[in-house]
Amino acid sequence: MQGFQNIQSLAAGLRAGDFSSVELTQALLARIGELDGAVNAFINVTEDAALNGAKQADAELAKGTAGPLCGIPIAHKDLFCTAGELTTCASKMLANFTAPYSATVVDKLQQAGMVMLGKTNMDEFAMGSSNETSHFGPCHNPWDLSRVPGGSSGGSAAAVAAGFAPVATGTDTGGSIRQPAAYCGVSGIKPTYGRVSRYGMVAFASSLDQAGVFGRDVNDLALVLGAMSGFDARDSTSSEQADPWLEGLSDNPDLNISEPAKGTIGLPVEYFTDLSVGSAELEAVRLQLEGMGYRCVDVSLPHTDAAIPAYYVIAGAEASTNLSRYDGVRFGHRCEDPQSLEDLYERSRGEGFGGEVKRRILTGTYALSVGYYDAYYVKAQKVRRLIQQDFLTAFTKVDLILAPVAPTTAFAIGGVQDPVSMYQQDKFTIPASLAGLPAMSLPCGMHEGLPLGLQLIAPHFHERQLLECGARYQQQSDWHTQQPQVRA
Amino acid sequence: MNWEPVIGLEIHVQLNTDSKIFSAASTAFGAEPNTQACAVDLGLPGVLPVLNYGAVRKAVTFGLAIGAQINKRSIFDRKNYFYPDLPKGYQISQFEEPIVGAGKIRLHGSDAKAGNSTAERWINITRAHLEEDAGKSTHDLYSSSTAIDLNRTGTPLLEVVSEPELTSAAEAADYFRQMHALVRYLRICDGNLAEGSMRCDANVSVRPAGQVELGERSEIKNINSFRFVERAIEVEIQRQIDILEAGGRVERDTRLYDPDKNETRSMRSKELSNDYRYFPDPDLLPLEITQAFIDEVAAELPELAEARQARYEAEHGLSEYDAAWLTKDPDIAEYFEVTTNTSQDAKLSANWLMGDMSAALNRDDIEIAQAPVSAQQLGQLIARIKDGTISGKIAKGLFENLWQAKETNLDASAVDAMIAEQGLEQVSDTGELSNIINTLVADNPDQVAQFRAGKDKVLGFFVGQVMKATQGKANPKTVNELLRAALSE
Repeated sequence: MQGFQNIQSLAAGLRAGDFSSVELTQALLARIGELDGAVNAFINVTEDAALNGAKQADAELAKGTAGPLCGIPIAHKDLFCTAGELTTCASKMLANFTAPYSATVVDKLQQAGMVMLGKTNMDEFAMGSSNETSHFGPCHNPWDLSRVPGGSSGGSAAAVAAGFAPVATGTDTGGSIRQPAAYCGVSGIKPTYGRVSRYGMVAFASSLDQAGVFGRDVNDLALVLGAMSGFDARDSTSSEQADPWLEGLSDNPDLNISEPAKGTIGLPVEYFTDLSVGSAELEAVRLQLEGMGYRCVDVSLPHTDAAIPAYYVIAGAEASTNLSRYDGVRFGHRCEDPQSLEDLYERSRGEGFGGEVKRRILTGTYALSVGYYDAYYVKAQKVRRLIQQDFLTAFTKVDLILAPVAPTTAFAIGGVQDPVSMYQQDKFTIPASLAGLPAMSLPCGMHEGLPLGLQLIAPHFHERQLLECGARYQQQSDWHTQQPQVRA
Repeated sequence: MNWEPVIGLEIHVQLNTDSKIFSAASTAFGAEPNTQACAVDLGLPGVLPVLNYGAVRKAVTFGLAIGAQINKRSIFDRKNYFYPDLPKGYQISQFEEPIVGAGKIRLHGSDAKAGNSTAERWINITRAHLEEDAGKSTHDLYSSSTAIDLNRTGTPLLEVVSEPELTSAAEAADYFRQMHALVRYLRICDGNLAEGSMRCDANVSVRPAGQVELGERSEIKNINSFRFVERAIEVEIQRQIDILEAGGRVERDTRLYDPDKNETRSMRSKELSNDYRYFPDPDLLPLEITQAFIDEVAAELPELAEARQARYEAEHGLSEYDAAWLTKDPDIAEYFEVTTNTSQDAKLSANWLMGDMSAALNRDDIEIAQAPVSAQQLGQLIARIKDGTISGKIAKGLFENLWQAKETNLDASAVDAMIAEQGLEQVSDTGELSNIINTLVADNPDQVAQFRAGKDKVLGFFVGQVMKATQGKANPKTVNELLRAALSE
């Protein structure tokens, strides 16, 4: 079935004339139509745009010069602006919003010939770890529909897992790609902060938000990430540090991993103490990596415990002002019949935002307030620097870090009610986010019928090492090829 | 009791870049509402600010001109508050680490008129920082709605903060004028006050003379003319003195000046926000500038007022007073230079500018840039006095005629055309004048006798009669010579 093929095999099929991009797109749209009622991975299926895009891709493919991504369908997280299509951020606030521009990521992938299938479900404004805060209802884990897919990019992870799309974009602020990838048993990468332009991505926490991608295997991640990456003059925080290898992958889609593995992988002791689920599986990964030629050693990241509170202060602070623009004045939800300016603000925002978004705006506003700024925001920034320093120190001794992705497997929808417990979901992913490091989540086992993930973290701009290590691992494992049985 | 006012000004200088400080939209004034606001200015989701380095260059230019420290690293912060003309819900500004540090500016002592000391007076400038302007709210366009124009949103501003060192309303107005002249000399702002290109907030307090401690202050927001700065501060000082003398206490608040009622009044507390929750904008990296860039800007600094004044004194032999007057405003200085270039007489040019031109500008309440007589025309007019084509007296009338004609042709040729058209050339023809004089001598034997008896004053009578007969066009010098000759016969 095409829904579970990787890009390489789909690209070969397109070129061999086994199917056209239109046929491939139709097949996936049909599968989405059949099964997404149960999964709810999509907020908006953009059927017309998909078929038009596929037609154009077929024309390009007929010329014989198209790149490896041409004609390959993709789903976009619904916080990437897409000109002419709704961009809701899974919020009532933006339920009717259509941007007059596309995100740089969307533009670049379209230029590579990729075909947009639709916009995927997510936690409202990317705030959440379960996809339960979506205004459009929770997304269900294809492995067990009673469970969450993780979040915030739950819809994208579920879409790939369910065979709706070979790849999907996501964004990761504190783990929003890695954790859902792990919960849904797919591969996901968050690159270095600055590697991919944030232009046209609806902001949650600007200093942390980074676009990335979900796919069936590391090879697919590398291809799509290569096409997404690069400096963008419209994003002052995008890096001018180019990676010719990464950006040139579309000309040479195979990761060259025939060389024997070398280098050292560090396992942070702080991440493995008290790890209830997955320690055995990660131990097996360690042995496999050593078998490939990597040397594995323990390292220490001593400030790990401070990461969650620092993250929720910084992300909340940034979010509290990033979301000020949703005031009912120019676009987005506006309350009925406002009686005054205050009333317009209070009701538009009160009605337009969900509970978790309000909680973050309130805590963030508090953290920036006079009298609390030093105690919260400034202190959190100091913690952030310490955490960065932890990693820099560790990377003087090791080339990569191996860690768990999340403390549990996918939990039941409605199973975690307390926000602070929910925030614990991100304890293994937040540190790399605070440090701006590239990190990847790969399937590495099953626990009671649910996927488990491993996390690899690399130094800034060392995506290549990350991807090559991951590709080697997937050469010797088959967890990434497992498929859930999804029933309508 | 003797009260001593203490005043500090925050002046917002609109930098004259073509595009906005964080977007590519145009900054041109006067477009249809909301036609010059792009997605970034509108604060749509997902868009990001990108710094316009033209604004940075202008800020550095200003900093160098006031001898300030240029901070090689500065930070853009978000200033958070809700208002409909602030699309993002925050203004990007610089708070703790501005681009320009402490500097100073010299006052020229327009207070001299009031009998105060004309001694050199310097006002310290605390800092100057870059920020974006907000949009414009108009509350009186529709009965129950507020109209919002976001064209101004994102226009680059340089906010210049003075130390509280100004001691009178007049001095504050003088400081504002100096700042106005400076930014225009530097060509970083068009200086158009009517279009809001420079606006100021005044912090005003009073204290018993001699007391070191400052009194409680109020802030008067958004004053946009020299006259209003002076008046607003004047009435605010008086208001505070009245409160204090009645035994009251001045409350710290934010006030608006109402020029119609000539009073300041407190802004509704709703319009205020006490906690702006400043923090570094994560969408913008710290602004880093190099010494090479600073050096480059320094090398391009234009000649400023003081240097120009010294040059006028040395090159043209003008008095200190005249040179200072001519250089107080770059437009006047430019005008003077063009006039002198055409007339080839700096002293006469200065006299005309400081005399007739200045009077006409005051009378019509316009700036020299709007003067209907161009610098070339004034220069030509002066040249025609010098070469004897017209008399000084006729020239005054001609100047007024040119002024009123509001010629679209601002070329020097308009002067000669008008002289010819209105027949204003001096009569220097000795034949024509001799005939008139001979008639006069014959008709006025008494006056002739008086003159010959030594009453030299009578000459004036004859000159007057000749002028009357020639409608004032007779060349006075020729008339004098001919009269003396005729009367002495």
